[in-house]
Amino acid sequence: MRQFTSFIKKEFYHIFRDRRTLFILLGMPVIQIVIFGFALTNEVKNAKIAVLDQSKDVASIALLDEFNASRYFDIEKNLTSYNEIEPAFKAGKIKMIIVIPSSFGEELKHLNKAQVQLIADASDPNVANTLTNYASAIIMDYQARITQERKLPYTIKAEFRMLYNPQMKGAYNFVPGVMAMVLLLVCTMMTAITIVKEKEMGTMEIMLVSPVRPILVVVAKAVPYLVLSIVNIISILLLSVYVLEVPINGSIPLLMGVSILFILVSLALGLLISAATDTQQTAMFISLIALFLPTVMLSGFMFPVENMPFPLRTVSNIVPAKWYYFIVKSVMIKGLGFSSIIKEVAILTGMLVFFLLMAVKKFKIRLA
Amino acid sequence: MRTLKFLLQKEFRQIFRDPSILRLIFVMPIIQLMVLPWAADYEIKNIKLAIVDHDHSTYSQQLISKITAGGYFQLSGDPVSYDAALKLVEREEADLVLEIPSHFEKDLVKEDEITVFMALNAINGVKANLGGSYLRTILQDFNREVRLKWVQFPRFNPDTQVEVVSSNWYNPLMNYKYFMVPGILVLLLTMIGANLTAINIVREKEIGTIEQINVTPIRKSHFILGKLIPFWVLGMLVLTLGFIIARLAYGIIPVGSFLTIYAFAAIYLLAVLGLGLLISTYSSTQQQAMLVSFFLMMIFILLGGLYTSIESMPLWAQYITKLNPVSYFIDVMRMVVLKGSGIGDIKRQLLVITGFALLFNGWAVWSYRKRS
Repeated sequence: MRQFTSFIKKEFYHIFRDRRTLFILLGMPVIQIVIFGFALTNEVKNAKIAVLDQSKDVASIALLDEFNASRYFDIEKNLTSYNEIEPAFKAGKIKMIIVIPSSFGEELKHLNKAQVQLIADASDPNVANTLTNYASAIIMDYQARITQERKLPYTIKAEFRMLYNPQMKGAYNFVPGVMAMVLLLVCTMMTAITIVKEKEMGTMEIMLVSPVRPILVVVAKAVPYLVLSIVNIISILLLSVYVLEVPINGSIPLLMGVSILFILVSLALGLLISAATDTQQTAMFISLIALFLPTVMLSGFMFPVENMPFPLRTVSNIVPAKWYYFIVKSVMIKGLGFSSIIKEVAILTGMLVFFLLMAVKKFKIRLA
Repeated sequence: MRTLKFLLQKEFRQIFRDPSILRLIFVMPIIQLMVLPWAADYEIKNIKLAIVDHDHSTYSQQLISKITAGGYFQLSGDPVSYDAALKLVEREEADLVLEIPSHFEKDLVKEDEITVFMALNAINGVKANLGGSYLRTILQDFNREVRLKWVQFPRFNPDTQVEVVSSNWYNPLMNYKYFMVPGILVLLLTMIGANLTAINIVREKEIGTIEQINVTPIRKSHFILGKLIPFWVLGMLVLTLGFIIARLAYGIIPVGSFLTIYAFAAIYLLAVLGLGLLISTYSSTQQQAMLVSFFLMMIFILLGGLYTSIESMPLWAQYITKLNPVSYFIDVMRMVVLKGSGIGDIKRQLLVITGFALLFNGWAVWSYRKRS
């Protein structure tokens, strides 16, 4: 045991003596959580749109005023003919064009029925979809306002309540996601690389001939990163509460507990990668390039998992971040207790055991 | 010129003698391009709706069947109370709750007015918004049908109707893959290029082989060029491979010309590789280089405009994206592949990226020191 602790001490020296790395390790999550917490949002705000108003009467101006007042749209340009639509889109910045036919006001006045055309730039289908929906909602409100003045019989009204995130802040969705991503990648990459580095430099040989059991040698390498990651979680949580104003509604010890479990999973994955690779370059390639995009795209915080085709939904189950993201959302934002995350915790524990067993099996105590 | 030739020979040999990394460079993008675009479906189908029907009347039944017939909503469970429905939301088995009050039918007919209650899981704001607005549209249609049954309006229908006709240009079928495949290709290209060059020079430092180069009369710019060109060639190959997959697996053929894309990509790669080399010259261990490039990659990729739109970001973040090479390439890809924009349309992006390329590479040459 004493030998093991002295190995851990050695690893701490390793880290503390490389000030630059230490600084990045502790500073990176802080900067990222702040940037992403503020900047990432699925909402589309201040989208630049253009208007082709052929009617130019009281009704059409009133409708466009509604668009102007909305925080989703910025009317950037007034077009005068259909021929200007194509160039406006091609120049890039205009996302949608509202076309009001010349008969708009007249028809509304006489038939109480009119038409508006929305043309969206669907080269980004997500934005196009969202904007069309926002615009339809605005037009619906406009129409409801006219109707309301007349007080129609048999009216069904709807009352809305936004659960968990009444201000609809993007951070509620992205803070748990970024937490999962940063922890997973940093832990996996750093353990994988420090161990492979010893192999590459030849110092692994020296450690393997020490009286400590070989597997403890590599476990000792992971311990400092566990400590650093706990510091990171604390700083991320402090920032999200005090800077991003995302509350922790559930139990903090529970949140810390599951986060430590997730860190252990990531560290174990790092050990496994290190056992399977020989150069830092390969280790980095696998832990960064192979893990990054799948984690972003399959963990559910960018794209809803239930929309994916079945095979991919199955694949997403092996992404550890998916389960942690669900847990953080449940505990931190919804304020649920342990009983509602048992399944997810069990899955993460299973992954931890699996990665560790695989790492031990793959770990070679003999040199090639 | 001759020294450069020898340097290139050395670098290429180094790359080809590590087949495991070479395999990764080509296999990884193929796999990710085949798999990931399928995940990127933003269209909200299958919104899970829990309906609490306290009324159990003909009208409430009609409303429910109208909602399910629309195709957007999937009923989840049959909760008897609002609390039971909330439990479903907690377990992520429902995104929306619709509560139909008792006396729904009676009050609607007798009192002329009734309020239904909706609760939306707003953690993912877009889903909540879209689900809510679909549901409102259905309610409105239903309302109109009920009204028609009871009242015979005169020719001037007091119920105002502004019909919305929407069309989606450039991608009328709303195929997400047209947008995601080129975008993901850009991300992969950037990650591979920047990461490989970022650890390349520092690797020579760590192993000690850089000393051998430093004692030769090789010029600094030749050294950097020697590192740059092989990875540039690899990058262009990965890009070509990516377009072949886009063509074969997804049937994506750029509307604009390949020439425009390759012209931009050629300069873009120089910029990204230059950034990698710059990181490398400043780092003293591979670990440092990786951490820095990982940090930058994460910001570049998440703020690149592929996943979330840049216009919705706060102003300061939009300024950050101006320094983000990835956002320019994603912009260009979208314009050329989907809208058929030509060189003239992407002048600005081309200019900026050329600036980046000159800056990063010049800086890398300048900061590379032969003395330790």
